Amino acid sequence: MISISYYLWVSAWLFVTGAIGVLLRRNALIMLMSLELMLNAVNLSFMAYARMLNDMGGHVFVFLNITVAAAEAAVGLAIILAIYRTKETVDVDHLSLMQH
Amino acid sequence: MFVDFIIVLVKAGLVIFALLNLAGLLTWAERKQSAVMQDRVGPNRANIGKLTLGGLLHPVADGIKMITKEDFIPEGANRTLHTLAPAAALFPALVVFAVIPFGDTLVLFGRAIQLQVAQLNVGIMYIFAVSSLAVYGTMLAGWASNNNYSLLGGLRASSQMISYELSIGLSILGIVLIYETAMLDEIVRQQGELLWGFIPKWGIILQPFAFILFLGAALAENKRVPFDMPEGESEIIGYFVEYSSMKFGMFFLAEFVEIIIVSGLVTTLFFGGWQVPYLHATGEVVGFVWPFGLGAWHLPQWLVALIQVGAFAIKVLIGCWILLVVRWTLPRFRYDQIMHLGWKVWFELALINLLITAVVVLLVT
Amino acid sequence: MEALLFWIFSIIGVTCGGMVIWNRNPMGSAIYLVVTMLCLSGLYALLNGAFVAVLQVLIYAGAVMVLMLFVIMMLSMRPEGAPREGSMPVWIAAGVIGLIVVLRIGALFDFGRPPDAVDEFGTIQGVGALLFNTYVLPFELISVLLLIAVIGAVILSKRDAQ
Repeated sequence: MISISYYLWVSAWLFVTGAIGVLLRRNALIMLMSLELMLNAVNLSFMAYARMLNDMGGHVFVFLNITVAAAEAAVGLAIILAIYRTKETVDVDHLSLMQH
Repeated sequence: MFVDFIIVLVKAGLVIFALLNLAGLLTWAERKQSAVMQDRVGPNRANIGKLTLGGLLHPVADGIKMITKEDFIPEGANRTLHTLAPAAALFPALVVFAVIPFGDTLVLFGRAIQLQVAQLNVGIMYIFAVSSLAVYGTMLAGWASNNNYSLLGGLRASSQMISYELSIGLSILGIVLIYETAMLDEIVRQQGELLWGFIPKWGIILQPFAFILFLGAALAENKRVPFDMPEGESEIIGYFVEYSSMKFGMFFLAEFVEIIIVSGLVTTLFFGGWQVPYLHATGEVVGFVWPFGLGAWHLPQWLVALIQVGAFAIKVLIGCWILLVVRWTLPRFRYDQIMHLGWKVWFELALINLLITAVVVLLVT
Repeated sequence: MEALLFWIFSIIGVTCGGMVIWNRNPMGSAIYLVVTMLCLSGLYALLNGAFVAVLQVLIYAGAVMVLMLFVIMMLSMRPEGAPREGSMPVWIAAGVIGLIVVLRIGALFDFGRPPDAVDEFGTIQGVGALLFNTYVLPFELISVLLLIAVIGAVILSKRDAQ
């Protein structure tokens, strides 16, 4: 009933939303969250194509993608924590120069 | 199609009805059980016109009290999150029961109805996924109270919960390895098979160590004694200190529903679910089939289904009672002891159990 | 039925996705992101991907977002009164460009209804068979990657010993 194109439209919307978030927001935590949004959009795209081509390789790739995103979120948050301890801010405009 | 939908709705309604009522009854049972163990009388004051019914009206009195109390939101707190947190705590607890089978097939008007709300291929993983959502209720409650001590209590509670989720998952994997399926009704059906001709293949016989590990990890995940440091009751400020009336009631109810959930899971995975040994509801003989060729007793199908549902209910009630008794037996652990246990002891034991199970399964087949 | 569920999940998902980047408070953004991930899990379930749908809730909504909420709470960020970054014209321009990009991407799609799924599609057994036979190398590499991430996160967030 629902053609695959609709799922891909939703994926495109979410990806562009995430991209705008990464480009326009300055708070490092919200930038990380927009990045997760982009990864989720790509996962939806993979699942839609896997359903269309009846190939479960798409599911396997989504599994690996989710795992990589989890690892990257963990390390990214640890970096943000370490930065906040010394600089008391997570505004990336203030963090962009390597000053002490 | 439409009839299937109605059947699922009726099953779901029955399950939620039974869960909430049993949770209310458990609040009374806990207080009476603690009274019996501590050699005192327990609650016996709530009455309707001098009729006390042994304190059974206390849950009703508690409910009325909680509904009619003033519901306040602390100043400066996030109103949406403060209201959302109790719902986020109760929702996962109720929804887990969707995949627990409470009976075998019931043949009604020529239609075979599975006595399980949802037959998912990924049944066990669904349980892990939904119970990992339970952390949100705790965290949001701690954050949304605008209270430093609540926030610390919420962080303590949620770090304890996520530490023990790992051990829960690993201890169940041994069961999945042995029964070679993640569908809970398949696991229960396979527990009806006989080992060496007369011992039913219950999970407790095949994986006794995993039973102990799962029970401990599930107790820690649900913040029950001996792991109830986050609530602490009389010692330390918990994460629901700023909650009153029905919101606190929902947290309270969520904890008791989780007791039933743990008991239901232990019954399904380790004690055969609705299986009564040697009783079959489908197949060529409907009724008891005794081992060693001792013959068979035939019974009508609806009676067999009823006996099986009754067996499930009795097993769950015994499990709940054991969890209540544990609460009044053991002292509570300190927070650093809980975290040390979760990451350095329980996790390793669950891994070792999985390794040994895998080796044994490989050697046997 | 499937159409109704699809529209509910997609509209809620896209709206909450927009609120993630629009909200000024990181806490609110995180909650909206959790709701978005749950809606996406529903969409995966509609696409017959039962295993991946449960995995999304288990890992993403149940662990990754919990970690983010932890960090937000520990850093105690409360910029409720903070102005939104970027002025309004910048956001409007970004919105227009984003809309044009989505429409250009969308013009590439011309797919119809998917074929009927076989019984084994999206089950644990199917994904497991692929993971341990065809894709076993990425599977092993992922476990090494997770080990590296765990060690890295612990080292980065350790306080310097006095």
